[in-house]
Formats: sequence, structure tokens, C-alpha cells
Amino acid sequence: MTFLDVRDLHVHFPTDDGVVKAVDGLSFTVHRGRTLGIVGESGSGKSVTSLSVMGLHRRSAVRLSGEVLLDGTELLHADPEEVRRLRGRTMAMIFQDPLSAMHPLYTVGRQIVEAYRVHNPVSRKAARAHAIDLLARVGIPHPAKRVDDYPHQFSGGMRQRAMIAMALANDPQLLIADEPTTALDVTVQAQILDLIRDLQEEFHTAVVLITHDLGVVAEIADDILVMYAGRAVEYGAAETVFRKPEHPYTWGLLGSMPRLDRAVRDRLQPIKGTPPSLIRVPPGCAFHPRCPYNGRGGIPCATEVPSGTIACHLPHPERVRLAPTL
Amino acid sequence: MEPLLRVTGLKKHFRGVRAVDGLDFTIAPGETLGLVGESGCGKTTTGRLVARLLEPTDGRIEFEGTDIGHLSTRRLRPYRRDLAMIFQDPYSSLNPRHTVGTIVAAPLRIQKEPTPHGLRRAVQDLLELVGLNPEHYNRYPHEFSGGQRQRIGIARALALRPRLVVADEPVSALDVSIQAQVVNLLDDLQTELNLAYLFIAHDLSVVRHISDRVAVMYLGRIVEIADRDTLYANPRHPYTVALMSAVPVPDPGRRDRARRGRVLLRGDVPSPVDPPSGCRFRTRCWKARDLCAEKEPPLADGVACHFPVEVNERPE
Ligand SMILES: Nc1ncnc2c1ncn2[C@@H]1O[C@H](COP(=O)(O)OP(=O)(O)OP(=O)(O)O)[C@@H](O)[C@H]1O
Ligand SMILES: Nc1ncnc2c1ncn2[C@@H]1O[C@H](COP(=O)(O)OP(=O)(O)O)[C@@H](O)[C@H]1O
Ligand code: SF4
Ligand code: SF4
Ligand SMILES: [Mg+2]
Ligand SMILES: [Mg+2]
Repeated sequence: MTFLDVRDLHVHFPTDDGVVKAVDGLSFTVHRGRTLGIVGESGSGKSVTSLSVMGLHRRSAVRLSGEVLLDGTELLHADPEEVRRLRGRTMAMIFQDPLSAMHPLYTVGRQIVEAYRVHNPVSRKAARAHAIDLLARVGIPHPAKRVDDYPHQFSGGMRQRAMIAMALANDPQLLIADEPTTALDVTVQAQILDLIRDLQEEFHTAVVLITHDLGVVAEIADDILVMYAGRAVEYGAAETVFRKPEHPYTWGLLGSMPRLDRAVRDRLQPIKGTPPSLIRVPPGCAFHPRCPYNGRGGIPCATEVPSGTIACHLPHPERVRLAPTL
Repeated sequence: MEPLLRVTGLKKHFRGVRAVDGLDFTIAPGETLGLVGESGCGKTTTGRLVARLLEPTDGRIEFEGTDIGHLSTRRLRPYRRDLAMIFQDPYSSLNPRHTVGTIVAAPLRIQKEPTPHGLRRAVQDLLELVGLNPEHYNRYPHEFSGGQRQRIGIARALALRPRLVVADEPVSALDVSIQAQVVNLLDDLQTELNLAYLFIAHDLSVVRHISDRVAVMYLGRIVEIADRDTLYANPRHPYTVALMSAVPVPDPGRRDRARRGRVLLRGDVPSPVDPPSGCRFRTRCWKARDLCAEKEPPLADGVACHFPVEVNERPE
């Protein structure tokens, strides 16, 4: 059952240099108990998307349109008070940098207690017991002792766990994780991804995992949305996107990446050029200035791409034929 | 072949922090040695020692047979042209108030390098070498993208035609599509100029792609060193095994298998102020036995472990 339904989301920021079209017509859905991976290079609009769902943009500084439906309730244009009530309870978020989400002068335990008590009228003592329980569940050793530590007394991986514990305080039904492991070493990353997966299985949470790392989404996502310049270019089941990708940008990403599960290649196959400024997005297919198939067989790449799960003018059989073996 | 660089017993302590605590390795001319390990294990410190931006606390750094570890600034000068460094952060490693021309020309000026066709021409040749438009001579760093800035840093590093380049996480801050451009560039430059690289990174896939040999560091020590194919096909140190098994596999169809084969390490990396007795990895090692706490395993035959992992051995 669809739990999160984002329809034709546009997020534009007016600035002195022009309008930044950070998100420009994005749609996706996430079911309960499923994980959507959103992958894209830096500046493609991933974080702006997550902040829109969480209602964390300053409304005066941004032009929003489209719909964000959480379990049927529209949030994008809803009363900010109502969105605030849902945040932290029905939906929660974890960030790349746990320190930005935690107060340096309060103990970890106190922060979890507050997050819990905002939505649950329980005694401090009961809330503290809940906090210890949560810390144990995210794998903090000696939780009854560490609950009184300050964030700086935790290692990077432990802080990430503590932030997850905080996000889980009220058993959210939607969890948005924006680059949750980017700052961590691979060994810790593996632990955190395991943790997110286990908790999701236990609570049947809908998860949106945002990352620039194709390996990370492959580890955890059921569905994958590949973003480029504020739009989805490819959207499908994880296995399909990795095994039979159809968009030239996805091919480019996969070709750029050295992988341990393949023989060493002589050379990597980079994508030429650089991502565009979101103030001056190329018309039509935004990828066309970098695409090796631009204009192939006379296709009009600089004109609007018809909507669909693969945003490319190339006809389907042609995409299948051209797909590189990866 | 006589190595270009030979490091023996290299140490660097910062007021009690044993950042680098006894390293031995060599780099041959034109060779790439990859250096991997988790955050804080001492990779950058090693790189800065080799480039002689730091003075060692102990040990030798021999460049073509001469120990350059404690040379004075003046005596070090001739070696400065042979050794160059590329940094991780293309943003903070370039002076924002200087033009690209000034930045790339700096080593030429400092070393008073003769430039037969003029300084400007020399710089423009370098810009071209790294795939930048020579016309961009008068632009400032902020006018360039991350990948282009990294190219500026590479041009500067190559100005004096070094023979050994220490590249400290040169592609870690770049997006994958740009990362591949820079990796290929480093590859091409190596062939063209017969450069040797000490290539530092935490990304094991990139390191495998670019290296001839690879050293794995843990808490200030090399725990395993071997040629690339041997190390990746057959890691022998328990830490190397754990590190490799943690790399995410970009293939959703195989993730369950990858997960089952994963070695999850318990606990955190101990403090480099007071590393564990015996083997430094023992507090997290699934193979640790009593001997491991008593006796430090020497780096022998490429691995520093009393009980190296056998081929096809699975952790219980
Ligand atoms: N100038 C310094 N003073 C004190 N301690 C230092 C100094 N430089 C490095 N250290 C410490 O030495 C150890 C090794 O640091 P180093 O920067 O070499 O690690 P690294 O392997 O490059 O890590 P990363 O992957 O995070 O870049 C760390 O514990 C670090 O905190
Ligand atoms: N508050 C803002 N005002 C103006 N531009 C913004 C703002 N927030 C984000 N952007 C721009 O929107 C684009 C997408 O940003 P972001 O979603 O953070 O990218 P990422 O995919 O790396 O998470 C970028 O060009 C960024 O500079
Ligand atoms: S629409 Fe054209 S330019 Fe865009 S991805 Fe498809 S082939 Fe390439
Ligand atoms: S020496 Fe002992 S503790 Fe150290 S890596 Fe080998 S088995 Fe593990
Ligand atoms: Mg972001
Ligand atoms: Mg470093």
C-alpha cells in the first residue's frame, strides 16, 4: 500500500542570480515496509526533496508546487503546525552529519527523552527507560551507562546510531535517511545499513534512502530513482536498474565506477563534462550536453522528454540495444 | 629494481598521539602503491612524511638511497622537485585570491626553474596536460568545478616534473562521473611522465583500479602489503578481510550473499594514544587468541598476523 506519494514536486529558490530549479517535476511512491533509494550526484536535488517531504523549507524563501501525500494527507500546502505534529512521530529523518541534528550541550539520553516526550505524555523515568532501550536496539554497548554521555563522547558511528535512536523514538512509519553513511568508514557503514534494514523489517517502516553512492543503494533499496538536475531520469526496481539500466545517464554512472565484483578494467568510462547549473538547466533532456547519444538518429533531445519511468527520447528497443554490458 | 623510495621504521608522534608507528615499504619508479585504511589510521600523516611536509619522529625516508628525513630546508631543496603532493580538498588547497596562472606557476618561481618559452607558456602547457583550457590562465579557483579544481592542483603538483607524487584522497570529494575523469587523467600522466604514486584513499574499489601494490593500515601500522591482485583475491590479514567484505556490492541480486559473507567488526578503533598491547587489531579481531595480546606480530611475508586467514577460510 502506498504510504508516501510525491506527485510532480517542484521546488524553486529565487536567488540574486536567478531561480534555482532544485527540484523540477519529481514523482515517486514508497510503500510500507519498502525502501526507495534516491541516487544522484551532488547538487541534483536530493536533499531539497527530502526537506520538502519533511516540511523543513522556509516557506517564504521557496516556491513549492505539486503534492506530497503521507498516508493520504497532503502536506506540501498543509498547516505548518500539522506538519510539525507529524514530524518526529509519523515521519522522521536522519542526516549525514549527526552533530547537526544533536545539541552539543545535552546528553544523548536527554535528547532522546525530549523527542519521545513531545509526542507521548509519559514520566521522565519511563522516557529514560525507553531511551536506554532504543540505544540498546541500535547497538550502543552499555546503553544504561552511555545514555548520560554527551554527543562528543561518542565516536562517529555511535553518534550516527544515537541519531537513529532519536529518529526512532516514536516508531515513525516513514524514515528519510539523507546520506546516512557518507561520513562513515565502510566497516561502520555496513553496520548502519544492517541496522536500518533490521529495524525496517521489524516495524514495517517506509524508508527513503538518499545517497550519491550506487553501492549503498544497491545494498538496501527495493526501488531506485536516479536523479539528474532536479528530475528523475530512471525509476524502477533495484534489480532492473542495476542489471538492465536503460537511461544513458545511469549507464554513465555505472561505467564511471570501479567495482570490486568485476575484473579490473584498463580504463574507467567517465561521463564527459560536468552537471549543469540549476539556474540554467539545458532545455529538454537536461543530460543532453553530456550524452554520447544526443541527437542520435535525429531524436530531438533538446525538447521536452515524454513522461515515463525512463526519461529519454531514444525508443525502448534502441535503449536495450545500446545498453553497455557492465 | 632499485626502489625510488624506501621507508623503514617510520614513526610520527604528535604529543603522545602515535599517528604513524613503525612503517616499512618501498615504491619503485613508475609504480603506484595504494594506501588504504579507516579514518584516523595515519594515511595522511604517512603521505605528509613521504612528501617531507613533516619531519619523522623516528625511522628513515630514503629517496634514491639518501635519507631525507631530517634534511634542512636548504639541503631538501633539490628533492622538492622530485616530490609533489595532491590534496583531497580541491577547495581549500588553492588560494582563492590567486589566479590559476599564479597558482600553477608558484613551484616554478620558488625553484627558479628555467622556462625557455616563458613562464606563461610553461603554465599553459601544464594546464593543457591536465585537460584544462590554457586560456583559463587568468581565472580564479571559484570559477571552476570541483573536478577542474582538482586538475589545477594536479597541474601545480606536476610543474617541476616530480618523480613521486603523493596523492592524498585525490578523488574522494568528487562525484563519480568526475572521479572517473580524474582517475583516468592520473593514469595517463603516470604513463606519459613515468610517475610513481603513493595513492591514499579509503575507497577500496578506486585503490584496486589504480594500484600496482596495496598497503593496508590500521592504527599507525601496515597490517598487510601485497601486489594488488594477490591482496584482493586473497586477503590474509583478518582486518583486510573485514574491510573488503564491508564494501557494498553494486548488485542488488547478490546482496544477500554479500551480507552473509560479511565480517562485522565489533567495537571501535582504539585510541592511537594508547594502542592495545601485542597486536593492535586484537580488540576487534575474530581470530584473536592469548598470544595476540602478548606478542606483536611482525610484518613478515607481507602480513602482520600470528594466524593469517587461509584461502577460503570463513569467519565463524
Ligand atoms: N598535527 C596533529 N596533532 C595531533 N594529532 C594529529 C595531528 N595530525 C594527525 N593527528 C592524529 O594522528 C592520527 C592519524 O591521522 P591522519 O590524518 O594521518 O589519519 P588518516 O588516516 O589520514 O585519516 P582520514 O581517513 O580521516 O583522513 C589521528 O588520530 C589524528 O587525530
Ligand atoms: N535554500 C536554498 N536556496 C537556493 N538554492 C538552494 C537552496 N537549497 C539548495 N539549493 C540548491 O538546490 C540544488 C540541489 O541541492 P541539494 O538538494 O542540496 O543537492 P543534493 O542532491 O546534493 O542533496 C543545488 O544547486 C543547491 O545549491
Ligand atoms: S534524451 Fe537524448 S540526450 Fe537525453 S539521455 Fe536520451 S539520448 Fe541522451
Ligand atoms: S595477530 Fe591475532 S589479533 Fe592480530 S590480526 Fe592476527 S589473529 Fe587477529
Ligand atoms: Mg545532499
Ligand atoms: Mg587523511
